[in-house]
Amino acid sequence: MKTNRRHFLKVAGVTALGLAAGAGTAAASYLPHYDHVTPNHDHLVAGRWGMAIDTRKFHSKEDFLPLVQACHKDHNVPTIPGKQEVKWLWTDSFHHSFPTEPNEFLSEDIHHRSFLLMCNHCKNPPCVRVCPTQATYKRADGIVIMDMHRCIGCRFCMAGCPYGSRSFNFQDPRPFIAEQNKEYPTRMKGVVEKCNFCAERLAEGKLPACVEASEGKLIFGDLENPESEIRQALAENYTIRRKPDLGTDPSVFYII
Amino acid sequence: MLEYALKGDKKYWMWIGFLGLLICIGAYNYLQQFQEGLVLTNMSRDVSWGFYVAQLTYLVGVAASGVMLVLPYYLHDYKKFGNLVVFGEFMAIGAIVMCLLFVVVDLGQPLRMLNVVLHPTLNSVLFWDATVLNGYMILNIVVGWASLEAQKKGVPYAKWVKILAIVSVPFAFSIHTVTAFLYAGIPGRHFWLTAILAARFLSSAFCAGPAIMLLALFAMEKTTKFELGKEAVQTLTRIIAYAMVFNVFFFGLELFTAFYSQIPGHMHSIVYLFSGLEGHHAMVPYFWAAAFMAILSLCLLIPSTTRNCKPVLIFALIILIAATWIDKGMGLVVAGFIPNMFEGVTEYMPSSTELLISMGIYAIGTLIVTVLWKIAVSVKQEAA
Repeated sequence: MKTNRRHFLKVAGVTALGLAAGAGTAAASYLPHYDHVTPNHDHLVAGRWGMAIDTRKFHSKEDFLPLVQACHKDHNVPTIPGKQEVKWLWTDSFHHSFPTEPNEFLSEDIHHRSFLLMCNHCKNPPCVRVCPTQATYKRADGIVIMDMHRCIGCRFCMAGCPYGSRSFNFQDPRPFIAEQNKEYPTRMKGVVEKCNFCAERLAEGKLPACVEASEGKLIFGDLENPESEIRQALAENYTIRRKPDLGTDPSVFYII
Repeated sequence: MLEYALKGDKKYWMWIGFLGLLICIGAYNYLQQFQEGLVLTNMSRDVSWGFYVAQLTYLVGVAASGVMLVLPYYLHDYKKFGNLVVFGEFMAIGAIVMCLLFVVVDLGQPLRMLNVVLHPTLNSVLFWDATVLNGYMILNIVVGWASLEAQKKGVPYAKWVKILAIVSVPFAFSIHTVTAFLYAGIPGRHFWLTAILAARFLSSAFCAGPAIMLLALFAMEKTTKFELGKEAVQTLTRIIAYAMVFNVFFFGLELFTAFYSQIPGHMHSIVYLFSGLEGHHAMVPYFWAAAFMAILSLCLLIPSTTRNCKPVLIFALIILIAATWIDKGMGLVVAGFIPNMFEGVTEYMPSSTELLISMGIYAIGTLIVTVLWKIAVSVKQEAA
């Protein structure tokens, strides 16, 4: 085929259009995901969601059980034995939860106390910084959340999280879910998952499952609103956070 | 020039066939892992990267080491490396292909790997690592191939080849620096959170990479009667010796900072490697062996009498490679995850699936280097 100027211009024009369209989608994909959605009219809003855990009100492991069960049942978190387990919400001792606060002479009470652990929804989250596909991102309301369909399973976020909050699906998790909740998706093998502060419940105007099950032991609210219940609790009680020296600025507080 | 790869003696084809067999074993195991998931590995919630990422880290260094020939030859006009430089470039190609394959087999969802390109994320070091690795690979393919073709035609290489070769120098440094940044920028992993990590990576790369290349060149010299040149070998071994001195020195700096400051987080991982932590000591024998071999290799490489004695040199190079492979591979990656984020210890040793897939990838890299070197040596012998 002979190439004349007219033909060349046609091909060049189509190519340029194609490139422009490609660049457009690439640019659009770089925008934060929440720019593309319109919220439900009765969903709960906040400038920055946060949680205060009143550790004084939990007396035994059994006190935590309803919270963990509510969370794991709601979100189809599989029960996998061994070191490849998946968990969103669990408990551990003071020494393990706060390794930057070593104290040989810790009070008996705190030494025996258990602490509820989950994603801290950091204001400055390292997992978001390291994710190569923006599968993990931070919403305008401070919730650090995941797009399970974009995650490539590189596990950089697991190395990046200083709180061990993330789990990887080493295998298909579905056979390990006792009773599936059809309201919430299950995951496939090869993706990372973690607590999402029940973003799907907030969108329906409900508080997170663990907060609801805690009967007042967990306080959930807007950290940016000085009038909120959580801000009152933080003003009145001594609270600590996990590894605050790393500059991640966690949104989960522990009342001691 | 590809036709040269198709002409070889019986030994050559047996070697190719042997590598093909290893590749098939690796591929079969990868199919299983692809089907079942990473459950077939021994990685865990606590040690979420393992043998694959360790090999990636090590091989990025091997790839970067080509610059130890490119830089003296193209930038300082050191003619003695003229005959060897293309082998460095071609080995870098094989090493980078292995790096990329080790990334792919480590992914939970490999079919989505292009998401890294479709959603380019400038704040993620992994994005930059993929970018510089691919850039360095392309540079080496173009420069190596073009300079070899010029030699075949009996003409000096074009000016743009030299320009691209010089561009590849900062690329070589960048691939290993960026790979170090994968680790060195993570808060909360004290073992990796050290400003000297990139310098350590580069120094270990510039001894281990040329050491592997020199052993392969010796093997090639034996099978093809291609002469490396005595002076070129001596210069290269001197480079290896100095780089290893830096590598060991930099590790010593880590020891000082950790144990003089006595900050627990800085000490824990190193204590785990040398004497175990909370009753877990799977890595201890390997790490002591690495330390011993590193020191011994220095004792053999620094004095010129032992360094210039070929059998001793070969032994020294082998233990140097083993020492750096343990230190920078498993030692660095696994100890970074120990202790875990709750001051507990979950140990890790690779599963048979991980080992067999890795073997397959190493066979692919060896096959690429064999074919490329076969072409290069054929062209050079014809031109001579």
